Amino acid sequence: MTWALDHLSDILTRAGQHAWLAGLPLVLGLVIALPLGWLASRQAWLRAPLLTTTGLLYTIPSLALFILLPPILGTKILDPVNVVVAMTIYTVALLTRTVTDGLSSVDTSTRQAAIAMGYGPVARFRAVDLPLAVPVIAAGLRVAAVSNVSIVSVASLIGVSQLGYFLTDGYARTFPTEVWVGIVACLLLALVFDLVIQVVSRLLTPWTRAVAA
Amino acid sequence: MTFSSIWGWFTDPTHWQGTDGVPNRVAQHLFYTGLTLLIALLVAVPIGAWVGHSGRMRWLVTGANAARAVPTLGLLFAVSMFVGPLIKSDLAFVIPSITVLVLLAIPPLLSGTYAGIGSVEPAARDAARGMGMTEWQVLTRVEAPIALPLFLSGLRSATLQVIATATIAASVSLGGLGRYLIDGLASRDFVQMVCGSILVAVLALVADGILALLEKRAVSPGISGRATRVARSRPRTAPDQEAALAGSPSERVRT
Repeated sequence: MTWALDHLSDILTRAGQHAWLAGLPLVLGLVIALPLGWLASRQAWLRAPLLTTTGLLYTIPSLALFILLPPILGTKILDPVNVVVAMTIYTVALLTRTVTDGLSSVDTSTRQAAIAMGYGPVARFRAVDLPLAVPVIAAGLRVAAVSNVSIVSVASLIGVSQLGYFLTDGYARTFPTEVWVGIVACLLLALVFDLVIQVVSRLLTPWTRAVAA
Repeated sequence: MTFSSIWGWFTDPTHWQGTDGVPNRVAQHLFYTGLTLLIALLVAVPIGAWVGHSGRMRWLVTGANAARAVPTLGLLFAVSMFVGPLIKSDLAFVIPSITVLVLLAIPPLLSGTYAGIGSVEPAARDAARGMGMTEWQVLTRVEAPIALPLFLSGLRSATLQVIATATIAASVSLGGLGRYLIDGLASRDFVQMVCGSILVAVLALVADGILALLEKRAVSPGISGRATRVARSRPRTAPDQEAALAGSPSERVRT
């Protein structure tokens, strides 16, 4: 405990880096997965190839991906960009499926009512399909967030600075306290991500609360 | 870092023999993965089947899922530091790593088994009992085949998780393909790191492909929807979606 307090500023700096490396890919991944999931939910023939391809990307172990990206992207191995790209790939892999499921779960009668009211494809997606898919997409985002926070810590093995540093450094120095601080900090960060996503999801779907009340 | 240097590494005969050769490292990796899955299956399947069948103690599954948020690297180091010094042999590195790998493989297997057995319609269960089946027969002849798809997708994500984490476990001195990545980093041998990463990625893709085939083959035609096209045209119900979500990659958390 005293160790954690003594190193509080270092912990917070690395927690900030960790949040950035895990959080930015969540946003980027969602932005990429939305059109992909929309395509997969609209065009039946695209569904299987799209979901299989993104599923295959998720199969590649993280440490291998962190090492394979630099020669492909032309970056240095220590460049945090590698981690952001790798995590974005994983997020897209997870979310394309969720977005597809979420958009497909919108009731046909709701969609037909929107069409009858004169909504065009784009307006309908923005005003009807997407808001109704928010709970499912948020559930997928929560899984992706927890997964990202855990995987980002692996990047400390190749020397990218974030909370995982306390894990590798504590192990190298045979100093268990530091490892535990790293684990607890990662868990807290995952919890924060989880709470933020839940709160945003609730704010975006006021009607779910109206039903419950 | 060029294509020819990667090609050169793979075609160098010295990389294909001895302890540090590709065949031995692949064999080690497969051995750790197989051993881990075997132990994890022995633990997770009976518990998952019992929870799914009886509907009791669901918190076990919820708890196991929540435990997935623990960073795998941290778990690996923490367990190695505590268990390692207690063992006075070469196994000091193997036992902690296998322990962590088993801990990581249990949640997906547990929730796959549980969700599979739990997805059995009560009517099917009651009908089986009405036909005079014993509880054991209900479990093995009715619930098990229906649970198979979700169980297999749990097995797939557990396998991926173990292959990926076994790679990382090279940092606590476990053998396997992770050695190329960790040793390559220590000696600044970037070509070896990239070649090791390619091997790990290929191993994971092949293992996933084999399990995907198994999933297609082993699942009863009546359940996968291959037998009747009519059954698929009905609207998706809420339990369907829950079941689909439980088996989808969005439920896969791994390293």
